[in-house]
Amino acid sequence: MSEEKYLLEMTGITKEFPGVKALRGVELKVKAGEVHGLLGENGAGKSTMMNCLMCIFPPTTGTIIFDGQERVGHTPYDSLNFGISMVQQELSPVRDRSIMSNIWMGREPHNKLGLIDWKKMQKDTEEVLKAVELDENPKTLMRDLTVAKMQMVEIARAISYNAKLIIMDEPSSALTEKETQQLFRVIRKLKAEGRSVIYISHKLDEIKAITDRVSVYRDGTYVSSANTADITQDQIIEMMVGRAVSDIFPKVQVPIGETVLKVENLSHEKFFHNVSFEVHKGEIFGLMGLVGAGRTELMETIFGLRERAGGSVTLNGKDLHPKSGRDAIDAGIAFITEDRRGNGIFPVQDIQYNTVIANIQSYKKGPLLDLKQMEKDTDEYIEKIQVKTPNQQQQIKNLSGGNQQKVLIGRWLLTDPDVIIMDEPTRGIDVGSKAEIHKLIGTLVAEGKCVIMISSELPEVMGMSDRIMVMHEGTVTGILENNDQVTAEGLMALASGIE
Amino acid sequence: MQENTKGVNIKSLFSKYGILFMLLVLILIMTILIPGFISISNITGILTQSSIYGIMALGVTFIIISGGIDLSAGSMVALVATVSAIVGQADSARKILSSVPELGLWAPLLTAIIVGALAGGINGFLIAKLNLLPFIATLGTYTIARGIALVIAQGQAISGLTASFAAVGGNIGIVPIPVLIFVICIIICSVLLNRTKFGCNTYSIGGNASAARITGINIQRNIIMIYAFAGIMYGIAAFVFAGRVQSVNAGAAKNYEMTAISASIIGGTSPSGGKGTIWGVVVGTMIITVIRYGLTLLGVDAYWQQIAEGAIIVIAVILAVRKKKA
Repeated sequence: MSEEKYLLEMTGITKEFPGVKALRGVELKVKAGEVHGLLGENGAGKSTMMNCLMCIFPPTTGTIIFDGQERVGHTPYDSLNFGISMVQQELSPVRDRSIMSNIWMGREPHNKLGLIDWKKMQKDTEEVLKAVELDENPKTLMRDLTVAKMQMVEIARAISYNAKLIIMDEPSSALTEKETQQLFRVIRKLKAEGRSVIYISHKLDEIKAITDRVSVYRDGTYVSSANTADITQDQIIEMMVGRAVSDIFPKVQVPIGETVLKVENLSHEKFFHNVSFEVHKGEIFGLMGLVGAGRTELMETIFGLRERAGGSVTLNGKDLHPKSGRDAIDAGIAFITEDRRGNGIFPVQDIQYNTVIANIQSYKKGPLLDLKQMEKDTDEYIEKIQVKTPNQQQQIKNLSGGNQQKVLIGRWLLTDPDVIIMDEPTRGIDVGSKAEIHKLIGTLVAEGKCVIMISSELPEVMGMSDRIMVMHEGTVTGILENNDQVTAEGLMALASGIE
Repeated sequence: MQENTKGVNIKSLFSKYGILFMLLVLILIMTILIPGFISISNITGILTQSSIYGIMALGVTFIIISGGIDLSAGSMVALVATVSAIVGQADSARKILSSVPELGLWAPLLTAIIVGALAGGINGFLIAKLNLLPFIATLGTYTIARGIALVIAQGQAISGLTASFAAVGGNIGIVPIPVLIFVICIIICSVLLNRTKFGCNTYSIGGNASAARITGINIQRNIIMIYAFAGIMYGIAAFVFAGRVQSVNAGAAKNYEMTAISASIIGGTSPSGGKGTIWGVVVGTMIITVIRYGLTLLGVDAYWQQIAEGAIIVIAVILAVRKKKA
């Protein structure tokens, strides 16, 4: 078989940020008319690579050849002109404008007088919406769409550029199984038209289903490429992780004790219904589900941040109905949230502040705070959970994601909780820190705490949990003992509501 | 592995105490331009002039650190000054009961603190409980407070204060009493912000409100407390103001809020919340007063003074932003 011509050839791409080498000699070659999967853990360099391609920032070294020419662009506008468009992972629609205004933003069609030609815009919009099988009026406001439909509009926008290469960064993270199939039909249609798609996803079954070839990155380096048909999912994981799975999930066996937290028929007006489960002393209770399953909302309700519509919660045999985070903390619950930047860290404050803040009232000595004790406790926890920092006066925003997460864990351990809720505890953290945090979770349950761990990463859920609860659109579809009979496919089926 | 080269130290020292450096440079320039700038009378003059703005700026700093803003401070000073001057008039008690002797200094002071706390608390209530943006809520109370002051004063200047009230504008030895009160406020605010739970909560709410909620901080209650505390500071500023001018007019203290906010921001308080220090605010206040005082001594036109003041604010913020990037 003769060597096929590539539509895109990125070679020797290096990208340095102050203090960090995000990419080291990475390559990516995409053929015309193929769907190319891009794989790697968080922090592997996928997004940095795509940002170089989209000219959001230039690579430090390396060449980009697209459509037979070497390309050097300076703004995303340049790459659109080259024929590359992208569906961003984070949606940023203008909510109070219509679908069509969003799709044609910045390139609205004009009539002869130089005024905006709304009629043409509407007609063109109808066409691209048809291409993505979205049955909506172009004049509908973005605000009135579901997240999944917004995602489809975003895909329609990317297609509307008539690009030869479309990058899709986690396009299915907000989609249901049915909508994902719809997305796949759109992708196959694009492929039939001879266009190429770079498909970034953490869901390996999707990668197997839709891509022709894959490239795998790890820690800013290129691992290898392969035909999708030639490799198994386990081989892909090994390439992504670069070490044996048991190193990353050092699950220790801890004797499981009595029931600590008991949730019965807990319901919320909107997000979940009749949820019941128990968590025991020494247990890691995994909670799995897709976006929109209601996992985070369930935990927020138990923690008293949302009002429950019905049901009851008991902690150590006592009724628990917190009206605020304060009540929940006092009762012995800790909540390490998913969005570290959004509602975890106080970015400009130092490590000490970030460590003691949830426990601040215990440092009151009369009307004043006992600064010495605060300093002593912070030192103790920096030591205990091995935060890598020169001193406790560092602003927390200067630490790596993994170390920030450790400080947050320390913050909550200081409140001496019985139940620790961890929402996506290792999201956006490099493999090394991930293993350390998993080890820390193991130590905590060995000390008799119980941990509820929400995670979207199947290997993490399956590698760490004693039991796994799966949710789909607000209902519990299964609570399983985590043994050999639990498979990734089985869990995904429960999470998608198929079974 | 700690780098401790001298260059790094000077740089970090400068980035931390840059505004103090700026103040010293300003004083140096004034000393060169104005013979005899450094004299006891000028120093006490600058400090006295700083005290009213300074006390207001201390209050407003708590609000800005919590991520808010307060446009009503100047109007509140006018309102509180009017009310406390009425209470502090020599014949205030006799208007109600002819046999009562004149009230002590405690009466106008207590009135100022209580009215200030209430007025500030209303701001806090509008923001915390009714979910108004601080800008909108205080834009409303900015007009309302001034209106109430005008209604109460009925166009009259309120004068004839008790001797003890009028003495608030005077000196103890060479130390002006307004400066003494300013220093006491600085100490109180410094302890509150750095050494109490209330201070920690103020930083938390401005630094990351959603994280604050999850760490168990009652945001609504704290916001009301923050605005009420700022109101108390405005009340004390109004008390000093009334004692100094001795004839309070409801139209007084116009635009004082802008000076207070400027002082706070020049002093390094982050307009986006979560960051700020008391000593910075004091230095910020001094920078503004030194410019005003110096330019007046130089005989610079008042209009030009405004331009200079505005330019300094912009320069200070540019420096702060650059510092962040570095």
